[in-house]
Amino acid sequence: MDREQQGSRVDHRDMRSSSVRAQGLGSAKGGAEHWWAERVSAVALVPLTLWFVASMIALTDSDHAGFIAWLSSPLATIMMILLLIASFHHTALGLQVVIEDYIHSGAKFAAVIAVRLGCFALASAGVVATLRIAMGG
Amino acid sequence: MIAPKTKRPRPLSPNIQNYRPQLTSVLSIVNRITGVALSGAAVVLVVWLLAGASGPQAYAVVQGAIASWIGQIALFGCTFALFQHLCGGIRHLVWDTVHGYELRSIYLSGWAVVAASVVLTIAVWSTALFMGG
Repeated sequence: MDREQQGSRVDHRDMRSSSVRAQGLGSAKGGAEHWWAERVSAVALVPLTLWFVASMIALTDSDHAGFIAWLSSPLATIMMILLLIASFHHTALGLQVVIEDYIHSGAKFAAVIAVRLGCFALASAGVVATLRIAMGG
Repeated sequence: MIAPKTKRPRPLSPNIQNYRPQLTSVLSIVNRITGVALSGAAVVLVVWLLAGASGPQAYAVVQGAIASWIGQIALFGCTFALFQHLCGGIRHLVWDTVHGYELRSIYLSGWAVVAASVVLTIAVWSTALFMGG
């Protein structure tokens, strides 16, 4: 009787205890997507960062005109925009994990939101700057 | 009966204060530190692009800051951080394919990450100095 009553109310696929479920603790079930997005951006960043390092070596001691000439080439423009998107996406995902590991107060949510918004703003600023240079100011 | 309020906080794993540092644990935390450092480097990248877009004067200011000795030390550190996180990241991607989990493989890939990060950092800086000089 007692077990029957419980069985009607408790979803047995949910492995959490009653008290934890009541407190809203446990998995948010978004872990797999976060993990996958981190890997996809990581794979993209392998060629993008190697291109970036090679470009920085080639650009050593170059002046503003040289910098503009380099970044206005279509390949460099596209690669820089992809680098900005991939790296800030990866940064937002990575910093979120670091925050969740070390901050256990309410500041955790504020920090995650700040990181998300900051990464979005910085990526946008970088893309706009790159496009301005590509379009000739 | 022990009341729940007097319950001692239970130990959390991994408890890095109690463990002897090993290559595996050191590389794990270094990967995280370099990742956080690269977040700062990404901010500098955007500042550099914005300065470049605003004109030669602003660009010269940022280039001057990077060319200063403190800027060069930071740039060298960022180069190492980039290669460490890149090589460490590739090691993680290999692990994701369920390969290289034997203890021997883990230490072999770990030392390979250390060697590759150092060699690539030195290679990039020697090439840049050679081309600049």
